[in-house]
Amino acid sequence: MDINQIKIKVEGVNFYYGSKQALRDIALDIYKNKVTAIIGPSGCGKSTFIRLFNRMNDLIPGARFEGKILIDGNNIYDPKLDVVDLRRSVGMVFQKPNPFPKSIYENVAYGLSINGIRDKGYIADKVDKSLKDAALYSEVKNRLSDNALALSGGQQQRLCIARALAVEPEVLLMDEPASALDPTATLKIEELIHELKKKYTIIIVTHNMQQAARISDYTAFFMMGELIEYDITSKIFTKPSKKITEDYITGRFG
Amino acid sequence: MKRHFDEELKKLNTDILKMATLAEEAIFKSIEALKNRDKELAQSVIHEDKKIDELELTVEETAIDLLALKQPLARDLRFITTGMKINAELERIADLAVNIAQRVLEIADKPILKPLIDIPKLTDIARKMVKEVIDAFVNSDENLAKKVILSDSEADNLRNLIQEELINDYMSKDASTATRAVPLLLIARHLERICDHATNIAEDVIYMVQAKVVKHHPEKLKNNK
Repeated sequence: MDINQIKIKVEGVNFYYGSKQALRDIALDIYKNKVTAIIGPSGCGKSTFIRLFNRMNDLIPGARFEGKILIDGNNIYDPKLDVVDLRRSVGMVFQKPNPFPKSIYENVAYGLSINGIRDKGYIADKVDKSLKDAALYSEVKNRLSDNALALSGGQQQRLCIARALAVEPEVLLMDEPASALDPTATLKIEELIHELKKKYTIIIVTHNMQQAARISDYTAFFMMGELIEYDITSKIFTKPSKKITEDYITGRFG
Repeated sequence: MKRHFDEELKKLNTDILKMATLAEEAIFKSIEALKNRDKELAQSVIHEDKKIDELELTVEETAIDLLALKQPLARDLRFITTGMKINAELERIADLAVNIAQRVLEIADKPILKPLIDIPKLTDIARKMVKEVIDAFVNSDENLAKKVILSDSEADNLRNLIQEELINDYMSKDASTATRAVPLLLIARHLERICDHATNIAEDVIYMVQAKVVKHHPEKLKNNK
């Protein structure tokens, strides 16, 4: 195994929706510039888990968090922490592409303008760069003022990635980013993820185990709110340590 | 579209080529050791086989990972599965070179039985077959692969010739030559087996390129389109 730098440290995390416990005593390290996939059956807590990293779960009434999550050593559940700052450095891409009903350009520029950036030249450069990094630029460069909703689903998803990249995050959370896309668009997103990990630390939730196998460096298998196994992806998919992991990935489950 | 996967396939390809180079080198050295009665060189062939064994495991592991993680299909699938088989064949070829080296150690200190003529010829055929079949693999060249398969009979004939000569001209006439003749006979047999493995690789290459099974169906080689 190569030497990895820890980007995020998860320690003793429990999470509750009211009286229902969704995550139990989770501890793991997420490595910098790696893709970490979270897999597990529906309701295992994987989406809850990924939403801890930008404190999206704070918005849910009755939700309660215990434990520690450190990004670069800083506890993101520190009451003094500015959640807006956190969400700027931890970007998120969702299952269904959700561009704003605005132009392609404005979609990417939006995050910058709400952050108070007024320098038009800077914004224009940033939009170009983000679209390039999201592997969308060549397809839209001549139609930046077109409405984003006119793009195909795969293009919309890459636009959402460009939008997330524009504010220069360090961590990218992806919750089923390709599950609403056709195989070609999916392949493009997967290729993009390979490129993006050079600059970002990526955590991806996916139902699609083959996708986790294809794109991730590390895989965490969750079940019923517990982290069952966490290891290098090739190990999880060729010789998992736990029988229950093997049963799940080989479809012998239940 | 550029695929990240292609980089990984290229790495597998490179490792298989490295295997082939090492195996070919082992054949060459083992026969040089025979010609020059060079025990040190024979020992080095035996010793260096460890490298080939390790590389075999690496290639196997890479291929298994690619199968498990990338779900390859069609051409990609045939390339990886063929690569795994070729890997095993090359490892066997290297083992046969080790066997030749062991025979060299048995006879190196004994007086020369006869000048070597046909064994070097058979060696040339074996090395050429291995070299060509790897070229065929690298360039996806099914015609070259077919040529390799067809040259196997030449190797068989030469082996038979060597065998007959050693039995009829030496061992039948003077049983005391057996300790020197049998190792030579075995060397011819090892070389001929190397050619068989090259033939297996050629059949695998044709499968990889054309998705056509010629193994156990020699007639399919002739009526190809």
